[in-house]
Amino acid sequence: MSDGARELFVQGNEACVEASLASGLRFFAGYPITPSTEIAEGIAARLPKAGGVFLQMEDEIACISAVIGASWGGVKSMTATSGPGFSLMQEAIGYAAMSETPIVIVNVMRGGPSTGQPTRAAQGDVMQTKYGSHGDYQVIAFAPASVQEMFDLTVDAFNYAEKYRVPAFLLSDAEIGHMRGLLMIPEKVNTFTRKERGVKRDDWVYQIPDSLVKPFPTFGRGNKAIVTGMTHTDADRIEPEDPKVHTELVTRLNEKITRSRKDINKYEVVNPDAKTVIVSYGSSALGAFELASKDPRIGLLRLKSLWPLPEEPVLEAAGKCERMLIAEMNFGQLYWPLKRVALEGGCKQVEFLGKIGGDPPTPSEFKEKLGKMGAI
Amino acid sequence: MDLFEFYRKDRWPHVFCPGCGNGTVMNCFYRAFSELELSLENTAFISGIGCSSRIPIYINSDAMHTIHGRALAFATGLKLSRPEMKIVVFTGDGDLGAIGGNHFINGCRRNVDMTVICINNNIYGMTGGQASITTPHDFRSTTTPDGNKEYPFDLAEIAVAAGANYVARWTTRHVHELTKTMKSALQKKGFSFVEVVSQCPTNFGRRNKMTDPTAMLDWFKASSVRRDKTRSAAVDHVDLNLAGQVTIGEFVNRDRACYEELIGVGKHGV
Repeated sequence: MSDGARELFVQGNEACVEASLASGLRFFAGYPITPSTEIAEGIAARLPKAGGVFLQMEDEIACISAVIGASWGGVKSMTATSGPGFSLMQEAIGYAAMSETPIVIVNVMRGGPSTGQPTRAAQGDVMQTKYGSHGDYQVIAFAPASVQEMFDLTVDAFNYAEKYRVPAFLLSDAEIGHMRGLLMIPEKVNTFTRKERGVKRDDWVYQIPDSLVKPFPTFGRGNKAIVTGMTHTDADRIEPEDPKVHTELVTRLNEKITRSRKDINKYEVVNPDAKTVIVSYGSSALGAFELASKDPRIGLLRLKSLWPLPEEPVLEAAGKCERMLIAEMNFGQLYWPLKRVALEGGCKQVEFLGKIGGDPPTPSEFKEKLGKMGAI
Repeated sequence: MDLFEFYRKDRWPHVFCPGCGNGTVMNCFYRAFSELELSLENTAFISGIGCSSRIPIYINSDAMHTIHGRALAFATGLKLSRPEMKIVVFTGDGDLGAIGGNHFINGCRRNVDMTVICINNNIYGMTGGQASITTPHDFRSTTTPDGNKEYPFDLAEIAVAAGANYVARWTTRHVHELTKTMKSALQKKGFSFVEVVSQCPTNFGRRNKMTDPTAMLDWFKASSVRRDKTRSAAVDHVDLNLAGQVTIGEFVNRDRACYEELIGVGKHGV
């Protein structure tokens, strides 16, 4: 451990707090909800001392709205919630996508629908993250599978939100959020801030072409910015009746993310030459990881980012393996789009292991399913 | 400041109907703002969705036209991230009192420094004239064809009860008083709330035998009673009703410390 680095034994949610502070968080608005509350509590205790603002608000709609408002003040801002609160936030998530506001939303997923299982893990909000608000838009979402990744991927969420002017999500779950483990905080955490209109800097964020991500017109700096969720031109003129303006705007908002898939997507591969590959993420990948690290016949593609859809690593795995098992803690959400990619990649057999109820699939449950598939 | 230094001429023509009260409110606000010699560069204008919420887009400053009902929450986040900026919210009866009602009462309670101007035209104008939370009892709208059987909210009284530092209500018939009140509100530290009862001849007047906007202004004048003269009076003072009255004037003017001072935001600087 180098000088200045710290090693802690903490909960996943606490690691998220550490990461947000290390990333330069300056505004957090939250509403109490299990199993994400430790994040709000940790930030309430720490952020004001670091010069930032913690605000508890009347509901989750207010929280995400305030977070977007704070971002237009030019600061890094974030909220944390779980299923019911995440549902309330959906309209504002679409607004953040349309107005290209960099914000971070942590969703510590629990069992749904509705109030469901507040204290148990699930992965039922994966499609909602990408499709929950109306219209066509793109987001960036990461899925941690350890305490360390709660830290690392929270830092990434801030960096990618700033880089692409887009809402970025940390899709954790009750298992990872409440899990305790070792956390190594490096001496220097790599962070960067958005490209601003009227500001000259020479770091690489400023090398991104303006045609893809436009410089951010921070409020209070004489930019006379007009921020709106209505269809608007690059000159901030509201043109809701113009088909061309709408098509161009929404196309750019989508392409700035889909065209950057290789830059965004993160994953881990175990036993790359195995004829059977499990594709999984978050806590449902834990049992698969245990199995793959003991059995060389079983490969694992563990997705650390879920949106934009990580097509390239799935295509590569599908081209090499004979069968693929996609495992999630839901009734099949990423399964369908990933199966489409795997079939395109030439994999003949793509099956699904879905488990709900709160417990992640165990190594023996993976074994049983793989046995039925003829893999072991 | 010239009128077209304050408003963006390149965004004309505006979307408002002939006879709409928004122009009167915009004129009064321009006068209040320029007479106080406030800085446009240091002021952000926030709104939600609706006719009144289009106003910030015409102002030559930073403007955030947000989602329906949530303008106060957006404004709260912006203010706490940039405490040196002045924040003005333009909203309407539906945006503030119906879908945004929770943020309204909690905004008053939290007392973050901002000025909220609610243009209450008693109807959903932009969507074509549906009943709102301030449509007077028995009045007609497209969704209350036989007359409104609900009773209206009194937004100013709610703001008083919820804890706003400054609350006043006028109508578009009271331009001098309204301008003066807007100056007081803009100078007030903490949450200041100005309700302006306004005419929507297109979607409210037309269905309630007042197609002519001046008929609506005459109605406002005839119905208006100063608050200091009505405090102990009729229980139905909340009703904007031809048979009832519109209470106007300054409702409260107090100096509770505002939220950002209490948490020391200005001190740290975010």
